[in-house]
Amino acid sequence: MSIVWKLFITFLKIGLLSIGGGYAIIPLIQEQVVEKNSWISGKMFTDIITISQMTPGPLAVNTSTFVGLQIGGIIGALAATIGCILSGVIISLALYRFFQTHQKSDYVLEVLNGLKSASLGLIISAAVTIILLALYGNNKPGLDFFSLNWTALLIFLALLFVLRKWKINPILIMFASGIAGLVIYR
Amino acid sequence: MKKGIKIYLWLLATNLFISAFTFGGGYIVVPMVRRFFVAKKQYFTEEDLINMAAIAQSTPGAIAINLSALAGYKVAGMTGAFISCFAAIIPPLIILTVVSAFYKIFVTNTVIAAILKGMEAGVAALMVDLIMDMCSLILKRKSLFLSAMIPLAFIANYIMGINVALILFFCCFLCILQVFYKKRKRK
Repeated sequence: MSIVWKLFITFLKIGLLSIGGGYAIIPLIQEQVVEKNSWISGKMFTDIITISQMTPGPLAVNTSTFVGLQIGGIIGALAATIGCILSGVIISLALYRFFQTHQKSDYVLEVLNGLKSASLGLIISAAVTIILLALYGNNKPGLDFFSLNWTALLIFLALLFVLRKWKINPILIMFASGIAGLVIYR
Repeated sequence: MKKGIKIYLWLLATNLFISAFTFGGGYIVVPMVRRFFVAKKQYFTEEDLINMAAIAQSTPGAIAINLSALAGYKVAGMTGAFISCFAAIIPPLIILTVVSAFYKIFVTNTVIAAILKGMEAGVAALMVDLIMDMCSLILKRKSLFLSAMIPLAFIANYIMGINVALILFFCCFLCILQVFYKKRKRK
């Protein structure tokens, strides 16, 4: 089996098993890439996670791209990335079409409504992690009042105020917060 | 549904742009899609967006990519979905190719670290803004069941650390049960 095909199949498996995304899938990728296939070392895997967090794009996509690059070049990266996203995209599209064609069913409608509420709860959960990370520098619960980063809180509140008031472009917010970080933290 | 080279190019450019700024997890794509697809071009409504976000989240894979595919599909059919996915994976591919060549330098660079630290506050603000709007949309329905589902899912995931797939499955089960009882009562 060629390495490109093997990359594709491995990441297809990872993509299929990663509901909810984000950090929950790290152990899954590690098991496949480090332990089972020995494509990269444990140390390199940690570096990949760090870099995936520092660069734009979803963690799973970044990790698959990076692993693919390391062992199969650009073609390997493409195979791993496409494998990683394929199942999610197909299932999403199928589910969306299913919900659209069965809009009249009370069951389908209520399940979709329920999923909306539940996924909002999950988004809030992700937001809390990010807020703690931004304001305290780590995301462990049970933090004391004094380790709060007041400057970060001020930037956060200012940006939120601007967003609520003028609905400005998210990319501008990212630029502004990046520049603020450069000025404050350097 | 729209067709034509103009809309395809718009999808390509927009998704390239969004993907290049997806820092801090895939959820940031939701406010981005809202800005470009809903507020600016009015290709679909806020309600459609929440439907798509719920589906993108409830299926395997990265929510950012799934949502891009759904938004592309809604605007321009399967071609739109394909273009959006393609555009969404290009920026990580280019950026990581460059970074993997110099990754020791990249990880230890203090300028990059400072910018990323600052961006965390930006991501946090964008998420809170989105959550406030999404909450008000769900609360407007005045359904105790649907409103209670928000804090319940949060507690199950954040505080109790229950698997996301399990939470979503249980949620579907509750919804079906609820409709079943309502129908029986009516009879």
